[in-house]
Amino acid sequence: MGTLNQLVIGASIGAVLLLASLGLTFTFGQMGVINMAHGEFIMAGAYTAYVLQPLAGEQAVLVALPVAFAVGGVLGLILERLFIRRFYGRPLDTLLLTWGISLILQQVARDIFGAPNVQVAAPGWLTGGIDAGVRIPYNRVFILVLAIGCVVAISLYLSKLRQGRRMRAVMQNRQLAAVSGVATGRVDQATFFIGSGLAGVAGVALTLIGPVGPTLGSGYIVDAFLVVVAGGLGQLRGAVIAAFALGVLNSFVEFWTANGASFAKVVVFAVIIAFLQFRPQGMFVLRSRALT
Amino acid sequence: MSSTKWTKTLSILFLSTTLAVAGCADDPSASGGSSGDTIKVGILHSLSGTMAISEVTVRDSELLAIEEVNAAGGVLGKKLEPVVEDGASDWPTFAEKAQKLINEDKVATTFGGWTSASRKAMLPVFERNKALLWYPVQYEGLESSPYIFYTGATTNQQIVPALDYLKQQGKKSVFLVGSDYVFPRTANKIIKAYAAANGMTVAGEEYTPLGNTEYSTIVNKLGQAKPDVVFNTLNGDSNVAFFKQLRSAGFTDKTMPTVSVSVAEEEVGGIGPANIAGHLVAWNYYQTTEGATNTEFVKNYKAKYGATKVTSDPMEAGYNAVKLWAAAAAKAGSTDVEAVKKAAGGISLDLPEGKVTIDGETQHVYKTARIGLIQPDGQIKEVWNSGEPVKPDPYLKGYPWAAGLAS
Repeated sequence: MGTLNQLVIGASIGAVLLLASLGLTFTFGQMGVINMAHGEFIMAGAYTAYVLQPLAGEQAVLVALPVAFAVGGVLGLILERLFIRRFYGRPLDTLLLTWGISLILQQVARDIFGAPNVQVAAPGWLTGGIDAGVRIPYNRVFILVLAIGCVVAISLYLSKLRQGRRMRAVMQNRQLAAVSGVATGRVDQATFFIGSGLAGVAGVALTLIGPVGPTLGSGYIVDAFLVVVAGGLGQLRGAVIAAFALGVLNSFVEFWTANGASFAKVVVFAVIIAFLQFRPQGMFVLRSRALT
Repeated sequence: MSSTKWTKTLSILFLSTTLAVAGCADDPSASGGSSGDTIKVGILHSLSGTMAISEVTVRDSELLAIEEVNAAGGVLGKKLEPVVEDGASDWPTFAEKAQKLINEDKVATTFGGWTSASRKAMLPVFERNKALLWYPVQYEGLESSPYIFYTGATTNQQIVPALDYLKQQGKKSVFLVGSDYVFPRTANKIIKAYAAANGMTVAGEEYTPLGNTEYSTIVNKLGQAKPDVVFNTLNGDSNVAFFKQLRSAGFTDKTMPTVSVSVAEEEVGGIGPANIAGHLVAWNYYQTTEGATNTEFVKNYKAKYGATKVTSDPMEAGYNAVKLWAAAAAKAGSTDVEAVKKAAGGISLDLPEGKVTIDGETQHVYKTARIGLIQPDGQIKEVWNSGEPVKPDPYLKGYPWAAGLAS
């Protein structure tokens, strides 16, 4: 029973990781932008739910999902338009730049909302859980469903919509897409909007688990990059598999070892390092003839 | 063309607004420019990061105490001037800022710290500079620095009474959950020694990194071990995540009772009273503690910071620290560190928790131990107390089972 329980816990940790890293698979995976401020977009999404709480009451979390997507997306768009597009092809500079932005955003949040963390109350229908031998809290189910929903929506967008297909074209071969008449600059904006918007959605989901604070996102940024790197850059299925694999691995190591919380992190890092020794490109590789 | 111009304007706007917002951060020390008419005192707490939930409130109560001391004429005819620094929940930052307060601001004394890790980081700085630190939080004991006054409880004034209470309630097995740093690890060492000597068993022992928010696995382990009680030494926001997840896994104060030593009124508000009502805490002061001095303290605090604010044990201990230092300096007739230390022993004041006396030998204070039950309204109701202030015994010399712990 304990084992089954851990499997559920692992899946829910995986869902959280997936939500946090989904946006990154686009901005990092497709555009090669190391966006350290991604975590702060997550934080902005979480604070969106907090701000909406007095207006929307109990259902703040639901109302916040689309709003946080827009908030994260607009923040990402501003970041891309103002700064990042001046730094394309300079990944190290982008890293420093976005890290600086992330510090600024954290301080802005601290000044607006105060240093102490705040709470978002979960809607009544999310308290309690399913009791079927194992106890599955409703809020975890909600996060799992949300993560799966986001993945489905994105894969539909990429395969069915003209915009999404352009995104894939730019990702696979930027020059060829450009000469074929795709406005790559526009596509980059759209990519950044969606990637950052997904961070906002992840932020709303995180309010169901823990407190909301200015440094909420920075706690997830390293894990999110791990998922993207292990899954393969720009690979949706890679991110899904990597997120759930890491989540389950984490939960079992923690369960089977005494004082496991710290130890699980060590094991996860070690496994990823070992994995990348054999597959530096991650689980899935994007085959491209682009000259990079 | 116009789009580049547009973005340029916007970027300047964006930058200037963020800078302006950042500049608006309220900084009580900004009034600056001290002269010979004031005495500078340092206040060093985490105003950001995972510990800010707890430490910001201690800063607030220390500022209140300084205001009250100033309103009553100050110390030695001079007004106190607080210099506030942010330790940022980061231990090396605490050491760095302590050095800055001592060297650059030349403060007469410093009030600060919450986690033992921050105290341990500051301790060598204060000892090296022969400067004074007043530390306002309950801690794991086994320490007595000549340059620190401890106004929070040591173990025999909080953890040991809590264990006595649990034993008296017939709890046989205890599960230890704590943050992974010096206080929970040392406190748990003491708890294990107590358990071994008192026929209690330790059903498990788990630590998580400070700031951790994923507790479902630990909750699962609790469900498997089925202890009589969980002894919780988590610090900061982790408590919020822990109690929320304990609750959403279906455990209540009846099926998985806990006793916490770092959860006070402020944290209860953050966790949400509904998630934690019915659980136990161990402290030396509650907002509901009876007495005219406390009524006055609560009233003044709310008047200064807002009617919805609560007062808690560490806030009260920080408030006490300012009052005790002011009394010691007045008695010494000087703010010189050695003179204040010499004068401090035996000073006794009527403070919100009751009569508080400084023990000159250990530089700790006599405190009444109190066990409280968290109420659905977020307040804490006292269910047991030690009757009189307990003499501080940081090395647990008076407890045979604790022999060998101090090494």
